Amino acid sequence: MIYRESGQFKTSYGADQAIFPIIQDRWFIALVLVIAYVAIPLLANEYLLQAVMIPFLVFALATIGLNILTGYAGQVSLGTGGFMAVGAYMTYKITTNIPDINIFVVFIIAGLIAAGVGLLFGLPSLRIKGFYLAVATLAAQFFLIWMFNKVGWFYNDNPSGTITAPPREFLGITVTGPAATAETRYMVALIIVTIFALAAKNLVRGRIGRSWMAIRDMDIAAEIIGIRPLQTKLLAFTISSFYCGVAGAMSVFLWLGSAETEAFDIFISFDVLFMVIIGGLGSILGSFLGAAFITLVPIVLTNAPQLVGIEMPIDLQKHIEIMLFGTMIIFFLIVEPNGLARLWQILKEKLRLWPFPY
Amino acid sequence: MEILYAVFVAPFLDIAGSPVFFAEVVIGGLLTGVMYSLVALGFVLIFKASGVFNFAQGVMVLFAALTLVGLMERGAPVWLALIGTVIVMIILAFAIERFMLRKLVNQEGIILFMATIGLAFLLEGLGETIWGSNVKRLDIGIPNASFEVGGILLNEFELFAAASGAVLVAVLAVFFHYTRIGRALRAVADDHQAALSVGIPLKTIWVIVWSVAGFVGLVAGIMWGAKSGVQFSLSLIALKALPVLILGGFTSVPGAIVGGLIIGVGEKIAEIYWGPLIGGAIENWFAYVLALVFLVFRPQGLFGEKIIERV
Repeated sequence: MIYRESGQFKTSYGADQAIFPIIQDRWFIALVLVIAYVAIPLLANEYLLQAVMIPFLVFALATIGLNILTGYAGQVSLGTGGFMAVGAYMTYKITTNIPDINIFVVFIIAGLIAAGVGLLFGLPSLRIKGFYLAVATLAAQFFLIWMFNKVGWFYNDNPSGTITAPPREFLGITVTGPAATAETRYMVALIIVTIFALAAKNLVRGRIGRSWMAIRDMDIAAEIIGIRPLQTKLLAFTISSFYCGVAGAMSVFLWLGSAETEAFDIFISFDVLFMVIIGGLGSILGSFLGAAFITLVPIVLTNAPQLVGIEMPIDLQKHIEIMLFGTMIIFFLIVEPNGLARLWQILKEKLRLWPFPY
Repeated sequence: MEILYAVFVAPFLDIAGSPVFFAEVVIGGLLTGVMYSLVALGFVLIFKASGVFNFAQGVMVLFAALTLVGLMERGAPVWLALIGTVIVMIILAFAIERFMLRKLVNQEGIILFMATIGLAFLLEGLGETIWGSNVKRLDIGIPNASFEVGGILLNEFELFAAASGAVLVAVLAVFFHYTRIGRALRAVADDHQAALSVGIPLKTIWVIVWSVAGFVGLVAGIMWGAKSGVQFSLSLIALKALPVLILGGFTSVPGAIVGGLIIGVGEKIAEIYWGPLIGGAIENWFAYVLALVFLVFRPQGLFGEKIIERV
């Protein structure tokens, strides 16, 4: 009863084409934004921001990136970790050698470089499809990680092989490096993610997004109605890698502080793919839900035994954690293979009538 | 010029300079390739029969090896431990069919693929909870001495692995072509619905296929375990089997074998003759690049079924 669109009349094309055409949705989004921008920075402590919120935002951005590629354009990719590494290492390389460039501009440049790399590794998608493509993208993952390990130029030949976020200022506030507070880094990440999520949402509902979905649903049919598979697929790879690259840069500069190539290994690629699938293929909101789910579950599983008061050896706990994680994924796929976004949709349909049966 | 020389001339001069060493490299590559094929075989069996891209195959290899070692550590003789492990793998196949596959019928390939990644996590945790996570030695009495034939150094263990791989493939080929169950398996692989309509019980077939894949995993686990110890990293050889798969084609048993041999040899040669040029340790990605190059010319792999698309 509360959530329904009856009585809301659109009098202009603008209102009809709005991202959130229903006023309840607009209120809901406004509420989420108020919580994210005001309540959390005021109330949350250092641990919550550093261990939960910032990784959630970083992965949400990467998930949006992969969702564009896998959920909208239908090209399964396991190279996410590699593209994130490109973003992180290029940001490091540029900002340490030319410190004068604004750090956000550097993020964008690094994202563009990642986009170029993604374009390159997207080329096989024109010939290869499905699982063959998924495995082929692993070539990107392994090659890129190997390259960042072996070629000293990328990490300025420092002996430890790690990249460390140098302190960088924006409008007089330190936003990266050890001196930056968790609140600042959280706010920066939040602003970046908000802008990019909005951009992605608008991208996928326009002409480009529709051509991606046509390619996803049946590429030959799409080709017949005049969509060029070459440009469309490569554009999806490019934009997806751009998002992943920025997410990778954020993960080092706003979250971890310093990282080696292990931070971007194959398991990150799997995790992001999990987030896409559990959140819901082809849904921007789902990307956030999936990222929240996969980031939170391990934290809850790690802390649950202490909360309940069970003491157990560290390695046993680690194994049980992995087992539970695996079980939850299988369980979740069985219960709702269309992801959390679908659950959200069902909830909205229920709310339309609630509390009345008809 | 110097770089061109180092890439295009010097390695070939090296090869021509010492053919015996080159032969050793090739044979070493072939034998490693057999080991890759063993893992890839498990993938192919399951993909053929149920269309599931089973990422958990690598962990099944680890799980089988862990179970075998665990049983032997508790004092079981080798033959008993082997039988025990086979039984465990069959029970596992039953459980997977009952609790996972049956509920995911008719889902898209990617969902099933993700479910098997979940299964990989589950099995890894389960195996290490039951049998412990320290590195174990697996010794079931495979000879491991080196000898020379015509100036080429060979290793008994690797020959043994190659031989058992060959025997396994031969047994599987006979099983698939001449037994009732084998024919049913091929029917299911061709068309689920048609197979169902002539009365082939799909659920039983899946249990059998996963059991056979578990058995193949056990053989692979014995070989890899005896070679490099039973430990978590064993499950990562699945990542090594993937390029073999795309090279050979997901649906072809001979493809898995030939693909494994090509990858094994190509990887070894590249590592020894070209590796030092660009910093070494290129095994991790070289196989994928090699497979990619093949894929550009044959998108369905060397032996995969031709993909026919209709609107």
